[in-house]
Amino acid sequence: MNLTLKVWRQSGPDDEGRLVRYEIEDVSPDMSFLEMLDVLNERLILAGDDPVAFDHDCREGICGMCSMMIDGVAHGPQKNTTTCQLHMRHYKDGDTIVIEPWRARPFPVVKDLVVDRSAFDRIIQAGGFISVPAGSAPDAHAMPVPKVDADDAFDAATCIGCGACVAACPNGSASLFTAAKITHLGLLPQGQPERGSRARAMVEQMDEEGFGGCTNTGECTAVCPKGIPLDTIARMNADYLRASRKSG
Amino acid sequence: MTATIDRGKATEPVTQIPSRPRRSRRRVSSNSLKAVMAVSGAVLVLFLVLHMAGNLKIFAGAESFNGYAAWLREVGYPLLPHRGLLTLLEAGLVVAIAAHMYSAIVLARRAANARPVKYAAKVKSRADGYATRTMRWGGVIVFFFVIYHLLDMTFGVANPEGHEATPFDRMVAGFDPSRWYITVFYVISVVMVGLHLRHGLWSALQTLGLARRYPVLKASAAGLSALLTLGFLVVPLAITFGVVR
Ligand code: HEM
Ligand code: SF4
Ligand code: FES
Repeated sequence: MNLTLKVWRQSGPDDEGRLVRYEIEDVSPDMSFLEMLDVLNERLILAGDDPVAFDHDCREGICGMCSMMIDGVAHGPQKNTTTCQLHMRHYKDGDTIVIEPWRARPFPVVKDLVVDRSAFDRIIQAGGFISVPAGSAPDAHAMPVPKVDADDAFDAATCIGCGACVAACPNGSASLFTAAKITHLGLLPQGQPERGSRARAMVEQMDEEGFGGCTNTGECTAVCPKGIPLDTIARMNADYLRASRKSG
Repeated sequence: MTATIDRGKATEPVTQIPSRPRRSRRRVSSNSLKAVMAVSGAVLVLFLVLHMAGNLKIFAGAESFNGYAAWLREVGYPLLPHRGLLTLLEAGLVVAIAAHMYSAIVLARRAANARPVKYAAKVKSRADGYATRTMRWGGVIVFFFVIYHLLDMTFGVANPEGHEATPFDRMVAGFDPSRWYITVFYVISVVMVGLHLRHGLWSALQTLGLARRYPVLKASAAGLSALLTLGFLVVPLAITFGVVR
């Protein structure tokens, strides 16, 4: 199939950037979205042009690097699917596809489609951990965890830190990402001692990075490739308010 | 072999957060501001429920309605001064509205600051609909409505009967069939309030960390807002269509 791509090109953080149009022929429906971009880049290189910079690593939906806004939807049209797992069979001959980087002040564009998501790392650094000696593996079942809690904690732990939630949020809020980690650790016995201080530190770091506040629009969970649910945010809010009431 | 990857900031080591005392943070957190919105919103919702119940007394006739209005001014007398409790409630409402709007404005500015660049492609909402997207401007419209409403019914300045008339007469004159455009304005505004609450009711519980079972919760929020909207609408409509005169 033949496609028209409109890709955001920006040579560096200080370039103002623009959408550039590319016509691309003979795209196989079996290609993944990133493979389609690979083909575009091969052709650009052969033509002596600068290839389109985009982030990717695992290409199997687990690393969260392949961030891009496809026709105004984070990770494109398929639900619960990262860009690398999106296949060209969902498009048809003659389609025009607009590809842009995540847009949020805390995610500055590095080049083309690549944004700097280290704000997420700093939110995790602020409290997304448990302080235990992590020597040898503990005995299985030494610590009882109810099955529902284990399942919910695991679901929350599947967040891959891709940033789609921020990109889709009209407020540029990082609540879903932050809440996923707070839920993951807050549901497990190992996470209890730091549960309150973790919620406060992570929520405050989120503000500090310049992310907006949540207005419960639900746009985040709708595009999240891992389907992290909104109730994680309720849990984050509860933990945060409880901790704030206690320590004023 | 060495590989040089030059991707600028993306590959630089993450800057460590300088440890600093928590107290030095200058801003109230967005989560706390949202909690203020939720609590002040809940106060306003409670008021709306009482206000609606009071309005419905119009169907019991002029005496009952005026009696209720007079009672509001006399509750607790002589323990409390004349209009004592009412003034207290009014002050509470003013504080709630001020806190609610202040938080809404600060949060809206932070949100605009967090998303300075718009997407070139048209962004389709994939989640909640109209009610959610109209919270901010809808809220502003509701605010202007409240101002007009006070001028009309409370102070009587915008009312044909004026301040001296009984509450019943003011109400009936306000929605006289000849003033149908006022009724239309009220209908639109009350529907806006209903929309605001359709999202606001469950959103407040989510903000306070109390939300559970979302389908039930959202359905109840929609049901309660519909009930409030209808309860507020029947009174002006009944007057304009001559059911109450
Ligand atoms: C006078 C009647 C009003 C009532 C009963 C009311 C009620 C509520 C409630 C219960 C919430 C939910 C709080 C939360 O999500 O945590 C809310 C949110 C909100 N209200 Fe109001 N409000 C009123 C007026 C206003 C006005 C005048 C404004 C305008 C500035 C406004 C703007 C907002 C905004 C921006 C939100 C947050 C939206 C969101 O959570 O998505 N409201 N309101
Ligand atoms: S919550 Fe979902 S959308 Fe947000 S970073 Fe994690 S995986 Fe990505
Ligand atoms: S490249 Fe790893 S999730 Fe897409």
